[in-house]
Amino acid sequence: MSTRLAKQGRLIDRSKQVEFSFNGTKLKGFAGDTLASALLANDQMLVGRSFKYHRPRGLVASGSEEPNALVGLGVGDRFEPNQRATTTELFSGLSAVSQNHWPSLNYDIGELNSKFFSRFLTAGFYYKMFIHPRPLWKHVYEPFIRQSAGLGKAPNKELKDADTYEHFYFFADVLVIGGGVAGLQAAKTAAASGAKVLLLEEKSYWGGRTPVDGGTIEGLEAEAWVEKTLNELNAMDNVTIRNRTMASGVYDHGYVLGYERLTDHAPGQGGPRHRLWRIRASQVVTATGAIERPLSFAGNDVPGVMLAASMRDYLVNWGVTPGKKVVVATNNDDAYRTAIALHEAGVEIVRLVDARESGGGELADKARELGIRVECGRAIAKVKDGKRVTKVAICAQNGEGGAREEIEADAVAMSGGWSPVVHLWSHCGGKLIWDEAQAHFRPDPERAPTSHDGNAFVVTAGSASGPLSLSAVMADAAAAGAKAAEAAGRPAQSVAAVETSEVSEAPMEAVWFMPAKADIQLRMKTWLDYQNDVKVSDVQLAAREGYESVEHTKRYTTLGMATDQGKLSNINGLAVLADSLGAEIPQVGTTTFRPPYHPISMGAIGGEARGEIFQPLRKTPMYEWHDKNGADWEPVGHWRRPFTYLRPGESKHDAVNREVKNTRENLGLLDASTLGKLIVKGPDAGKFLDMLYTNMMSTLKPGKCRYGLMCSENGFLSDDGVVARIDDDTWLCHTTTGGADRIHAHMEEWLQTEWWDWKVYVANVTEQLAQVAVVGPNARKVLEKLNAQAGGGMDLSKEALGFMEWKDGEIGGFKARAYRISFSGELSYEIAVAASEGQAFWDALMEAGKEFGVMPYGTECLHILRAEKGFIMIGDETDGTVIPQDLGLHWALSKKKEDYIGKRAQQRSYMDNPERWQLVGLETVDGSVLPDGAYAVGQGVNANGQKNTIGRVTSTYYSANLDRGIAMGLVKHGPKRMGEVIDFPGLDGKIYKAKIVDPVFYDKEGEKQNV
Amino acid sequence: MLILECPYCGVHAEETELHGGGEAHLKRFGPGSSDDDFHDYLFMRENPRGVHLERWRHVNGCGKWFHAARCTQTLEVFATYSAQTTEPPQEVKDKISAKRPGWSWREFKG
Repeated sequence: MSTRLAKQGRLIDRSKQVEFSFNGTKLKGFAGDTLASALLANDQMLVGRSFKYHRPRGLVASGSEEPNALVGLGVGDRFEPNQRATTTELFSGLSAVSQNHWPSLNYDIGELNSKFFSRFLTAGFYYKMFIHPRPLWKHVYEPFIRQSAGLGKAPNKELKDADTYEHFYFFADVLVIGGGVAGLQAAKTAAASGAKVLLLEEKSYWGGRTPVDGGTIEGLEAEAWVEKTLNELNAMDNVTIRNRTMASGVYDHGYVLGYERLTDHAPGQGGPRHRLWRIRASQVVTATGAIERPLSFAGNDVPGVMLAASMRDYLVNWGVTPGKKVVVATNNDDAYRTAIALHEAGVEIVRLVDARESGGGELADKARELGIRVECGRAIAKVKDGKRVTKVAICAQNGEGGAREEIEADAVAMSGGWSPVVHLWSHCGGKLIWDEAQAHFRPDPERAPTSHDGNAFVVTAGSASGPLSLSAVMADAAAAGAKAAEAAGRPAQSVAAVETSEVSEAPMEAVWFMPAKADIQLRMKTWLDYQNDVKVSDVQLAAREGYESVEHTKRYTTLGMATDQGKLSNINGLAVLADSLGAEIPQVGTTTFRPPYHPISMGAIGGEARGEIFQPLRKTPMYEWHDKNGADWEPVGHWRRPFTYLRPGESKHDAVNREVKNTRENLGLLDASTLGKLIVKGPDAGKFLDMLYTNMMSTLKPGKCRYGLMCSENGFLSDDGVVARIDDDTWLCHTTTGGADRIHAHMEEWLQTEWWDWKVYVANVTEQLAQVAVVGPNARKVLEKLNAQAGGGMDLSKEALGFMEWKDGEIGGFKARAYRISFSGELSYEIAVAASEGQAFWDALMEAGKEFGVMPYGTECLHILRAEKGFIMIGDETDGTVIPQDLGLHWALSKKKEDYIGKRAQQRSYMDNPERWQLVGLETVDGSVLPDGAYAVGQGVNANGQKNTIGRVTSTYYSANLDRGIAMGLVKHGPKRMGEVIDFPGLDGKIYKAKIVDPVFYDKEGEKQNV
Repeated sequence: MLILECPYCGVHAEETELHGGGEAHLKRFGPGSSDDDFHDYLFMRENPRGVHLERWRHVNGCGKWFHAARCTQTLEVFATYSAQTTEPPQEVKDKISAKRPGWSWREFKG
């Protein structure tokens, strides 16, 4: 059993007991524990179930590479799934639940299922098993897989994350990633040059592995040297250091993201929980260390089988042993350290099997002297299945796994050699080379990631470079620090040798299978990727089925695709693939390393941008008035516009109908301030607008307005609006509410990059003006009343200001520009005043309008009024695939102009095709309202057996004026099929029958606006 | 995240300030052009591994469009230059040639 020992545990404070709970059971640990070490101290070997087979799983590692121990952490609005027990610092009241099991961790139905189904659950099983018959996928396979697969549960969507997060910007000459002895040395050397240094360490403690592994630096024990060096760095003004901060990704031109966990270990202390560091560094030193690899033997996933160095971490750092009778299996000398440390702590090492025939060096001699039974050329054949290790079968390494000796044990320490952590080196293009001696990929210093100047900006330090011995690590780190500082522009310095002492080691030997010729029964129980449940047999199967590329094998088997991104599994998986293909490992290569190194919280990515400040809201000058007068807000781009104005007790539907009828019968006011207003000015402005709009704008006379269409270069409708010519070289272009910024940018793009010699300026004056549409039979009366009250103002008569004309002057004492334009078919004036006077002008209209039945109206009423008149709306009738010709807007396409943006595209054969769907009006036979977006079906079926579609609804409303549903849509051959009734199947199962009609439903002759 | 120097305002702008605008030096084909020319103008784009000439806009800055000559493989930036030109100026070509002798991109060469 795993237990806490009476001695050891350099990171825990035995005087401070900490209570926590796991799956509801109250447990105790010490301050300084991780959740992982505390669980082990409580003999909680079983921590989760595997992804696919629901196999019992325990802790394998002690750091962020841990694949199994993922838990749901916290409760309520602080619950978070998939948190690693190994990187979770213990605190009082911590609540964790295990994942991926049903009904309980100890007794799991899925495990029984997987025992029965496992022969079907091989690589690519989704593709093979569940394709036919089709209906079974939806009703049987998918629900089964969704129930049994997957990791943690998503938090309750009704609860918002109770914590806060922030972003932080930092600039450094040299960023050192990793606070082990190499990182500390590199930072120290770089800082000595005067460089501005930032040093980040993901864990809460400094020094990395070395205090556990032993050895001396500059005559000091590692722990003492770490403390001394940290003090020195802290005392330097040019050095910033942060623990609990992981560098998650290295990006272009020295951009690095850091992820600081401020209060995960001490919830409730206030302040942000996580801080995202957005760092620009001239040079980056990755002192990210190395990760131990598992050995591939059958049952290497049984709880109690652990990486040898991690087992040593638990012993030395937290005073915990995962077992009382331990088998050690290795192909290198490092695992002997674990055997010796455990033995010296009173744990029985029942056997040490060393796959190397020649065995180990000095450490092996010491182990034998201590009386540890060491066997060379031996291997683990199998660890007996179960919820913890009970029996281990030993065999010859160079065989098929026969002639086994079965021994009793409760834990297994394994070591398959070490791989440098190359992720951060690789993120931005650093290349790797295969190191035959160490059997790992290491960074190739000749092919480093390059920055804006083409020079390398990342350098590795310590075991991240490849070397594992302390002397080589320290020499490499000092050189890396000096190199980075020099590359960051600091003077070159000579680097003094760092004096170290350590035990020498015999070379490791690559062992990719244990035993070397393991049979299929063993390989089917030999795990490569614990988190995604990928076995040796899966990778071999993928190779047999022709998956030769490592990237394809990865996706077919899901090797390395879990949240640990294959930190433990990738090299072993590559080796198995290479072996199966008869290729060398370097030829097979690695998959791509992508950020983040380790998952970071969405909260940190979002930072402060939540709630009100997620996105700035744009408000018109009359926003507050609308809000106080019943506005039901609708988002339109970044704006909020009233959808309708609700009166007490009124439904939205009723409110809209009231506004629709009142505007046609009396007087309506619309806040049109959000409409885009772009001033286009200059000697070539007319020429420019002729290119932008499909129709002619240069011939427009000052004082006149013209409706215009804009297309993209590939011919599709992009925006529309009324253009007014202000004077000889000035035009004012109205755009849609959502289009103002986009069309402004569109104009700038053409002016700056195509017609840069044309003399034109564009200014977006949208927010300078408040604009009110005064609409309805009483529109002129209310404005004339305002003028009368002010003792005069501009003449707004039909003769003085005709339809599609504009005029500057005063209305009711307000300096105003009045446009006589109409998007409703009514007598209508759109009046622009200074934004600062918008509210006062609105108030004056509301007051003066009382006797004329004034009511404000919202966007829905606006839509219905325009639909009654058959006016198109960008975004309803258009969707980026519609050309003006589809909408019957030929009249707005100039025939005189040689060119406009989109003209050439509209001449392409497909655009010219009479089969294109075209705009028509649609009237349901029974007067009901067509469902929005419904498709019309015609004769015959397509290749999938679905009915052929012949059209779709683009706008559909209930018209209170006509007391029936009205709609517009695009229908194949539509304009030639007037009077025909076509079918629109609704999602409700009902078939809506609609007659094809003219899209102008109301006042076809336009008499109402012509007064 | 790239850093590009805006040739108009001189700011070393981070990518969050910029908006990528695709390939530079496109030659516009309008009415009267052949289907093939128009198709190529509208859709066919260079996607080199190596020297590339691109359009960028300093959108959250001075608002100006400019051109960048850079290496898509090494992220090296050879030069940024005015968007008001139909081909890279000689000094930009020289800067590319200094780093990538023998380079070519569409009709342009070192």
